[in-house]
Amino acid sequence: MKLHEYQAKEVLASYGIPVPEGRVAHFPYDAWMVSMELGLPVVIKAQVLTGGRGKAGGVKLAKTSDEARDIAQELFGKKLVTKQTGPQGVKVRKVLVEKVADIDRELYFSIVIDRTTSRPTVIASKRGGMSIEEVAEQYPEDIIKIPIDPAVGFLPYQIRRLKYDLDLVEQGKEAQKIFSALYKAFMDKDCSLLELNPLVVVKNGHLIALDAKMTIDDNALYRKKEISKMRDLTESNPDELEARFAGLNFIKLEGNIGCMVNGAGLAMTTMDVIKLAGGEPANFLDVGGEATPDTISKGFEIITRDPKVKAIFINIFGGIVRCDKVANGIIQALKTVKVKIPVVIRLTGMNKEEGMEILKKAPMKFYIAEDLREAAKMVSELSKKQAATTTKKAEEKTEEKKEK
Amino acid sequence: MAVCVYRTSRVVVQGITGKEGRYHALACREYGTKIVAGVTPGKGGMDVEGIPVYNTMEEAVHNAHANVSLIFVPPPFAADAILEAVGSGIKTIVCITEGIPVLDMVKVKRVIEKEGVTLIGPNCPGIITPGAAKIGIMPGHIFKRGSVGIISRSGTLLYETADQITKAGLGQSTCVGIGGDPIVGTDYIYWLERFEADPETEAVMMVGEIGGNAEEKAAEFIQREIKKPVFAFIAGKTAPPGRRMGHAGAIIMGKSGTAEYKYEVLKSAGVNIIENPGYMGETIYNTLKSKYNI
Repeated sequence: MKLHEYQAKEVLASYGIPVPEGRVAHFPYDAWMVSMELGLPVVIKAQVLTGGRGKAGGVKLAKTSDEARDIAQELFGKKLVTKQTGPQGVKVRKVLVEKVADIDRELYFSIVIDRTTSRPTVIASKRGGMSIEEVAEQYPEDIIKIPIDPAVGFLPYQIRRLKYDLDLVEQGKEAQKIFSALYKAFMDKDCSLLELNPLVVVKNGHLIALDAKMTIDDNALYRKKEISKMRDLTESNPDELEARFAGLNFIKLEGNIGCMVNGAGLAMTTMDVIKLAGGEPANFLDVGGEATPDTISKGFEIITRDPKVKAIFINIFGGIVRCDKVANGIIQALKTVKVKIPVVIRLTGMNKEEGMEILKKAPMKFYIAEDLREAAKMVSELSKKQAATTTKKAEEKTEEKKEK
Repeated sequence: MAVCVYRTSRVVVQGITGKEGRYHALACREYGTKIVAGVTPGKGGMDVEGIPVYNTMEEAVHNAHANVSLIFVPPPFAADAILEAVGSGIKTIVCITEGIPVLDMVKVKRVIEKEGVTLIGPNCPGIITPGAAKIGIMPGHIFKRGSVGIISRSGTLLYETADQITKAGLGQSTCVGIGGDPIVGTDYIYWLERFEADPETEAVMMVGEIGGNAEEKAAEFIQREIKKPVFAFIAGKTAPPGRRMGHAGAIIMGKSGTAEYKYEVLKSAGVNIIENPGYMGETIYNTLKSKYNI
């Protein structure tokens, strides 16, 4: 779960980490007020759960309160388009209004879980303010990496080293205190990422976390109630949210073949094999270990909501879940959700024969495939055929209208 | 021979009185695995269809001489269950549990590395040596004893691969699902090393997916150390970047981690690439015949 910048800064401030003075504004007038209270100039930062916000025009400087109001007004109407959001972009609903810092130097600091060493790792650089990927490419020698042994924590000698490498001798104790507090916040809050880019040295010599990104491990949210409450659902795709509440893992894609699969790896493979057969997957959907009639119905419902979808591919490899149960689930689901497009089913694994028998006796029509490649070929062809008939029907309709 | 689990493995199931633990303990026993004990704190003295249940791992190891643990404990308590198994002297642990907090696994990993314990998973289907021992949740009947070792990050995709290999007329020595989480107990390298040393294994199939760099690291190792033929498929070639595809690990960040990049480095390490997952069994069968005379 990603936190907004202002939420991350609230958390950091509670650990004694200095952040700029600022407040969230939900309306242009709020921004005007806050800028008056803080003193000018102020910086207005769009609060969206995506990276690359600055480049997309989501961060702006205001010299007067009227300007602050106008910038906020403009941002509220805007959809920020970044690499991560895709072309549809994300709507700005809140902005953070902050006092402008008098920057002397920009640094980079983050803590991540390094999958190679399985340890929390501090990454820091004297080159803050630019993306760390760029720094890694252009100035690899300027990147400091410090793996932390979870048994003993972030050790004084490691923190001292960081102080020297980042030229923070003058900041001495202050820097050490901040680094140690950052690690504590990372561990306490079950973070998977904590990033300050930049962490700045201001003209009077003090350190301030000018930007903050915090991602919390979803698996740990059960023990982080206060953080869970900060979740902002307004930016999520409504279908994806509905799926999540039903225990499904759903991601919308651009194609026209709806997929329903058990297991994440097999679900990705199913998308791949459809594409290789010339089709285009409309979604990623992992129904999980328990493919019950309820979850299957929900799956059909969400998939068929998209009028672009021309065929459905159900690929279930029974392991924990048995094929006969899945077959019954599919039939029951199709009794409640009316599906008018072709459905291709590939069912194998535990109790395959029983499952197939049930499908054959079913009152509705399916296309049954023996294996992955047959199924992929079948569903790709059916989706094209279906798409052609729909266009034809639409054409006929318009012609009828014309005649009338 | 096979790898890691054998007919002689004596298995204790942690969380045996839960719905899943009970179902799979019995399914494993039916397959032929020696399930010698179960552990659920507070349920000591009970039995599950004749399998004795103990309060602690120490008792289970002492009384039933268990040497492998299979864990079905819910996520908030799973890390503790793994560490209890380590503390009782068990050296092979299979953890099925999905959803363990990453920072819990950071600590677990630190301990198992120090103690020299093999942890399979978490968030995995387990391990099977066909015809000898099934320690996990996979459907046993799709596997057939044979010469191909399989290492997979994903569960149902492991079944798909094994099924295709069986239908192509080959079989498997041992199949292991190493787990889909960012931190898991073993990597490809661990298993490649053991498959290379196992006389029964003639070829290895790696089933990978996008995200992380486990496949890249494996490629380097294969080039240096592995003489047996290795095959690989990477799931998620069509996944959009920045979106997490189910497994916590399966997310593309930058160039490394993409299927294309993984294929590139695996190919240059001499690995046989299978790009179409519909043809895994057939490709392995044909390549082993034509290229390696196996």
